[in-house]
Amino acid sequence: MGGMRTAGDLVMRMQMAKAMRLGEAKEYVADKLEVSVEDLSDNIKMDKIRRKLGLGRIRPSVQEEVNLQAKANIAEVLDIKINSVEKYGL
Amino acid sequence: MFKTRMGSGKSIEMSREEIQSDIEKGVEAAVENGGVDPLAPDEIERLVELHCIPAKFIGIERGKELVTTFDGGSIKLKRLDISLGRIVDAQIFERVLCTDSAEFAHVDYSFKPIKPIVDSEQIEFKQALQVTVVPMFYGAMPNLSLYYEPVGSQPNPSTVMMEEGDIPKARRAIEKTVEMGVKDMVFVSRKMHEVGADGINFDTVGSAGEGDFLASLKAAEKLREMYPDICIEMGMSSEFILGMHGDLEYKGVNLAGLYPHEQVQLAEKAGVTIFGPVVNVEVNKSCPWNLARSLTLYKACREASSIPIHANVGMGVGGVPMSEVPPIDATTRTSVAMAEIGKMDGL
Repeated sequence: MGGMRTAGDLVMRMQMAKAMRLGEAKEYVADKLEVSVEDLSDNIKMDKIRRKLGLGRIRPSVQEEVNLQAKANIAEVLDIKINSVEKYGL
Repeated sequence: MFKTRMGSGKSIEMSREEIQSDIEKGVEAAVENGGVDPLAPDEIERLVELHCIPAKFIGIERGKELVTTFDGGSIKLKRLDISLGRIVDAQIFERVLCTDSAEFAHVDYSFKPIKPIVDSEQIEFKQALQVTVVPMFYGAMPNLSLYYEPVGSQPNPSTVMMEEGDIPKARRAIEKTVEMGVKDMVFVSRKMHEVGADGINFDTVGSAGEGDFLASLKAAEKLREMYPDICIEMGMSSEFILGMHGDLEYKGVNLAGLYPHEQVQLAEKAGVTIFGPVVNVEVNKSCPWNLARSLTLYKACREASSIPIHANVGMGVGGVPMSEVPPIDATTRTSVAMAEIGKMDGL
């Protein structure tokens, strides 16, 4: 789906966290990000959204959230627990 | 005439009528082998169309993309003779290949050899989790063959049966390795979950017969009891469960000979989160035949499941030719078919 270029990793997280089928996972993420399902795989739109929400980008600037901080933001936006954030979160 | 390939990867040309005939025969083979429903006429027609598009690379409609998981993730690039560590490997998957998930794995990709070095694995895996964003699995194979002589402690059931004719002894050996395998799988998985894994991937399940499958089901069940929120992916090794023992059951179901649509129901009962079915490729049949057969069995698996299905599509499985350099014309047709017709949750 494009991973961090799009919302692929976020959809993947919903399958992993809640065993959601693909359609349900996409709708859940789209709802949380307030975009359409089609937007989730639009890398231009998603790059802006990821930057705004601090969800991690392929080429982050030095001021942006990366790695664990980005994962902590993902957990908050998607309302899920991320194991490594629970253990090492900031 | 349209360019396609044999299951071996060899390039061939077929007419539309020949493609349609091979697809119909592939569907029939799946129905006969797995006892599943055939593809609908409109699905067969769409599969024919996909093989008659002249373009080498084809794609899916925007918004219909699938997510991806992998086996052997962080050791894949090393195999290409690229000198790099596993953490960089995972970062390349995330930032360069832009995969939806990544996997951390040891080069000896089985639970048994990881057990004595698990502390070292935890340290490096923990580091990887702190410098990545995408969800990361820790993956390994149950590989119960490693518990048999000469590398393991248990009598090799094949030798016992073929040379000694002692079936009860062979069965006892298989049953013992199930116990040993469960113990190692739970131990390593627990360690990796406790260090922050997003998921555990049981890969190539069933490679040593139904004992291998049983050990994986029991390990999944134990882990689910210990950690209700854990994500467990189970990826299979072949399309049906080899009956090496013949009388092993899980929740009252004999495991020998189960096809993907039957396997997934047991995986779900055991607490598996994502299931990865496999259908093997026949190298002397065409890609249209192989893809039709795989798709029919995968679709039945998806329909029998309420958990996400990530179809195995790669070298020699899922309709992709048996080659270490899979041709892009075949992989893209397979991917589109899995998304559009199979309605998979991922690959």
